[in-house]
Amino acid sequence: MNWILLFEQFLNGFQLGILLFLLAAGLTLVFGIMDLINLAHGSLYMMGAYFMATFVGWTDSFMLAALLTLPACLLLGVVVEVVTLRRLYDRDHLDQVLATFGLILFFDEFVRLIWGPAGLDVPLPDFLETSFEILPGVPYPTYRLAIILTGLLIALFLYILVTKTRIGMRIRAGASNREMIGALGINIQMLFTLVFGLGAVLAGFAGLMAAPIFTVEIGMGANILILAFVVIVIGGIGSIRGAFIASLVVGIIDTIGRSFLPDLLDLFLDEVAASTAAPAISSMMTYILMAVILTFRPQGLFPPRGA
Amino acid sequence: MKLKLIGMASALALLASPAIAQDSVKIGFVTTLTTGAGVIGKDMRNAVELALDHIGHEMAGKKVEVIYEDDGFKPEIGKQKTEKLVKKDKVDFVAGYIWSHVLLASRNVPLKNKTFLISSNAGPSPLAGKLCHKDFFSTSWQNDQTPMAMGEVLNQRGIKNLYIMAPNYAAGKNMVAGVKRTFKGNITGQDMTKFPAQLDFSAELAKVRAAKPDALFVFYPGKHGAQFMKQYSQAGLKDQVPLYTVFTVDSISLPRLKDLAEGSLMTQFWAPDLDNAANKKFVADFKAKNGTYPSFYAAQSYDTIMLIKSAVEAVSGDLGNRAGIRAAMRQANFDSIRGKYSYGNNHFPIQNFYLRQVVKDSEGKFTTKIVSTVYENHQDTYAKDCKMSW
Amino acid sequence: MTLSLRTIVPAAVLVLLGLVPVIAGAIDEPFYIDLFSRMLILAIGASSLNLLLGYGGMVSFGHAVYLGIGAYVVGIFSFHSVEDGIEWMASGYVQIPAALIASAVFGLIIGAISLRTRGVYFIMITLAFAQMVYFLGVGIEYYGADDGLTLYGRSEFGDWLDLNESSTLYYVCFVALLLTLFVSYKLINSRFGIAIRSIKSNERRTRAIGIPSYRYRLTCFVIAATICGFAGALLANRTDFVSPDMMHWTRSGDLIIMVVLGGMGTLFGPLLGTVGFLLVEEILSSYTEYWQLFFGPLLILIVIFGKGGIDGLIQALANLVERKPKAAAQSRDGA
Repeated sequence: MNWILLFEQFLNGFQLGILLFLLAAGLTLVFGIMDLINLAHGSLYMMGAYFMATFVGWTDSFMLAALLTLPACLLLGVVVEVVTLRRLYDRDHLDQVLATFGLILFFDEFVRLIWGPAGLDVPLPDFLETSFEILPGVPYPTYRLAIILTGLLIALFLYILVTKTRIGMRIRAGASNREMIGALGINIQMLFTLVFGLGAVLAGFAGLMAAPIFTVEIGMGANILILAFVVIVIGGIGSIRGAFIASLVVGIIDTIGRSFLPDLLDLFLDEVAASTAAPAISSMMTYILMAVILTFRPQGLFPPRGA
Repeated sequence: MKLKLIGMASALALLASPAIAQDSVKIGFVTTLTTGAGVIGKDMRNAVELALDHIGHEMAGKKVEVIYEDDGFKPEIGKQKTEKLVKKDKVDFVAGYIWSHVLLASRNVPLKNKTFLISSNAGPSPLAGKLCHKDFFSTSWQNDQTPMAMGEVLNQRGIKNLYIMAPNYAAGKNMVAGVKRTFKGNITGQDMTKFPAQLDFSAELAKVRAAKPDALFVFYPGKHGAQFMKQYSQAGLKDQVPLYTVFTVDSISLPRLKDLAEGSLMTQFWAPDLDNAANKKFVADFKAKNGTYPSFYAAQSYDTIMLIKSAVEAVSGDLGNRAGIRAAMRQANFDSIRGKYSYGNNHFPIQNFYLRQVVKDSEGKFTTKIVSTVYENHQDTYAKDCKMSW
Repeated sequence: MTLSLRTIVPAAVLVLLGLVPVIAGAIDEPFYIDLFSRMLILAIGASSLNLLLGYGGMVSFGHAVYLGIGAYVVGIFSFHSVEDGIEWMASGYVQIPAALIASAVFGLIIGAISLRTRGVYFIMITLAFAQMVYFLGVGIEYYGADDGLTLYGRSEFGDWLDLNESSTLYYVCFVALLLTLFVSYKLINSRFGIAIRSIKSNERRTRAIGIPSYRYRLTCFVIAATICGFAGALLANRTDFVSPDMMHWTRSGDLIIMVVLGGMGTLFGPLLGTVGFLLVEEILSSYTEYWQLFFGPLLILIVIFGKGGIDGLIQALANLVERKPKAAAQSRDGA
């Protein structure tokens, strides 16, 4: 066993998990509080990446572009909420799935119309383009370390926001009993728009962080969205803590599986069959994990109290 | 506009569709116009349009009509669109096909309905071997050939230990098989990544570093190429493990990759600087019209139209003379952008393969130049499994 | 039952569908037979999903998996019949029952576990199982993995029924659709169907009157899976090709759209929804490459304003024409 490789893969998995968390946090908040299944969350992630790419083109500065992207995402989130989603809160989940699926189609085509099918790139500033020697002889991309750090900071911020502030109190109250919080005279409409905006910002932030690593392209949100849903279901819908832990677990399982399964399978299968089966099995593991957890804990690992 | 017209035509066809006398040459062109890979399809379409301009939209005095269809990157949709072209539009030729799996799924439709099928890119091994067909032609290459040429290059450069990465689909497996066939050293590791979903290669790149090979061979077509190149560079591997690619860095990704790809090596049957009259005209006019260098996808698509033209003219526009058209296509009697080539018994080109390197041209645009010729008149290895002879 | 618009429209659609090969033959456009046979097959799939969504209140987000299982059984049998020379495996009399059994077994396993959860968790766990089977398909190199399998030949039923003839295949699909509608009708209006519907509207009460809701729901789940597996077997024959793509989650999403678009919990809704969905897709996409730009908002509008889907629309129209506001109050269930 190569311990250095294991460590590096662990870090890679951790980084993927952090990215997942940024996406899942917004999703679980919106889901938990408004009881809204928002498939278009992945589109907000995509829009974040496209905004970032555009602003980097305009300003030529990574940091400035990031600062512009966040309010843009907030605005977009609020517009989407006011124009469409607001009408869906009291509908059943099926209607929500359908309408937000419609939003996905719309955003994908919209992006293709405005930015073209080619996809864009977000170049990194020089100080992030480097690699950092985490262990002797093992350079790790600085930018991926930056993702991990910012992700942890955001997790901390959300934790404080949710547990220590008045807004957070309302959010928690909303997650465990929606009718009650309305009865207590809190402006639900406002709170919902706010939470959705926050979710959009988080999604957009995930998008802008992912942009330099992945190509900014149409449909970039779809695959990671499904993973984010898996994460929030495993973690328990509405639970930020659950989303955080589940994100890391899923990220690490996926990465470790991908990197070590082929060698393991080589022992049983011929090389071609093994290299085909390995990525498939590692993808399956995430879903198996979810099925097992739901079988024994039908409400996820950390169901919000009162639900 | 054209699309809209076709759309209206097909909507009208719902109501009534009288048989029209065959006064035009109809070509169906299946490629990917949507999804992230749509940019490849666009490049191919540009090349087809350029070819049509060059021939004045006429073959043997007949008007040429090209109908583009989008396969959405999915075998099933590709097959459905092929069905529409063959059975509804009743085209004379179906061409295009970027992806091996789309081509494999679609091939039966034209071949069972007496329509010629021409691949402008994909070259999966079954079609060159066991499943070769009298009505199927390729204007590109068999998948294994280009990586085989790369294997030779690796041998020449004294590489002993090689790590291989490729996406897990028909073409990816062919590429891996190809490089393994000629490479004489030791394979220290191999990763087949999910396709097209996987875009993060950090786990695989970490394994490459740990394996400490002399070189890394990859095949990542389309957007995956740009993706891979960026992550390879960010992981700091550029100075540790030299990279050898096939179909990964192309004219579509180069304007975005820029110096990330400078100096990188690849093998190919064609290059923009290949010295022949047809190619010079093609590259110059393509650049003038679209502002970028044509990709190899574009080159192959251009040749597709020219091949069809040569065959239609050989039978003086008599599209019913299928035997005549087939015989003419087998001659490949036209000025190909790769220079003169011939067809093997399986209807795949027997052609040269070159080593190309990414350089900056005089205007500061990134392109490639030919370093050396790796193979001369190379035929794919599956031709012997093809029972066809002529 | 009086002759209302709500029965006339589906009946007209069915008659038209029945005439497709005749019309296509008359205007010499055999392509339409292939186009519409796909529509019939997906309508069968959508109808089976409707049993879960519309009548059982079980939102399965992984229903396309049975489409894939049915298709793969046909594909794999055809593969072995040629590669290993096992002739009986090419027979449709073997392939179709095997496809039904396989999808029933998968339905039983998936349902047994999934039905322990509720609401969103149910949606997600059905999705999870579908993804597992999807990746299973992607992972098996022997059966083509990502690239799928091309069928060597369609299911063989002897000389009297040659599926290679596209109008024969079409009528097989047509009869299968009629059969599906008939079975659904019988099922919904049976004691079992009433129990399922009452579980949907109030599970606790239904249990209280002594109906074992879990077992009833599971039975319904397995029936729906089996019918969808049948559609899958037909789909493999129509497409001559199977691939993991057939069970991708977006395909499950498409099925849901068809059901809701047509009108959930109505006998003919899924049929109308499938016809509507595929026609809109076909027509919009022939006008513009950017058709989804219009289809997306259309979907949202339908969800927000068009309660009850196409069926609901027809209902509203009928009320307008017949000026019988009472009809609106009639139960949507049954037909």
